[in-house]
Amino acid sequence: MVERTAMDQGSENVFKRDLVALIPHLRAFARTLCGDAAAADDLAQDTVMKAWDARSSYQMGTNMKAWTFMILRNQFYSEKRRSWRQTQLDQEAAERTLVATDDPASPLALDELRQALTMLPTEQREALILVGAGGFAYEEAADICGCAVGTVKSRVSRARRALQAILEDGAYDRDGRPASEAMRSILSDAERLSQSR
Amino acid sequence: MGLMAKDFDKPKGADLEEARLRQQAIGVKLRQMFDDVVNEPVPDEFLDILRRADARAGGKE
Repeated sequence: MVERTAMDQGSENVFKRDLVALIPHLRAFARTLCGDAAAADDLAQDTVMKAWDARSSYQMGTNMKAWTFMILRNQFYSEKRRSWRQTQLDQEAAERTLVATDDPASPLALDELRQALTMLPTEQREALILVGAGGFAYEEAADICGCAVGTVKSRVSRARRALQAILEDGAYDRDGRPASEAMRSILSDAERLSQSR
Repeated sequence: MGLMAKDFDKPKGADLEEARLRQQAIGVKLRQMFDDVVNEPVPDEFLDILRRADARAGGKE
């Protein structure tokens, strides 16, 4: 058994409370990496378990969200390395799932954005999600991804340009409608959202 | 070809403004997509993990 300084009960309770509060965010990050919702929840659960087991190596007072996101990401890539072939299949399944979304209430613009996201390289997708949706600063995202700040910045900007191009030019079409409608529906949807706020 | 010619005719400022608006819209939807999952109820399995961890720790003491 590995020797480590045990946390006192009080710190352990605080750690657990904070970890529980982060679960929704871990699920959301996992969903954007995996696409497939069930695989994403497996990944997020593994992350919670690993974070709990590693609690004594966590520095209290440091950014716990970034710490857990790093664990999740490492877990994702090590699983991917272990079974890249399976991941390919999962990816294809995820893309089919995302294309044929079974939620009839899911807004059109979101479907299209999800689909466009699956077309980005994983490293661009994760950088964009961390900075654009996860609320991380470029520096934090760089720590999570284990790369330079400049690398994150260029990945985010490439991801933004690529997303826009996919949505505008329509590298795909949906239900036989011209794909350029994707950008239009996102624009009008975003406008509606900002007005209702 | 016709499209490109039209794009070149547009003043540069308007192009930039249009691109900015589009990026802003994509950003709004991206956050919404992420927040939709954040706002989902957490499946019980997640809390079971920590409950089991508690039981393990309790058993050791």
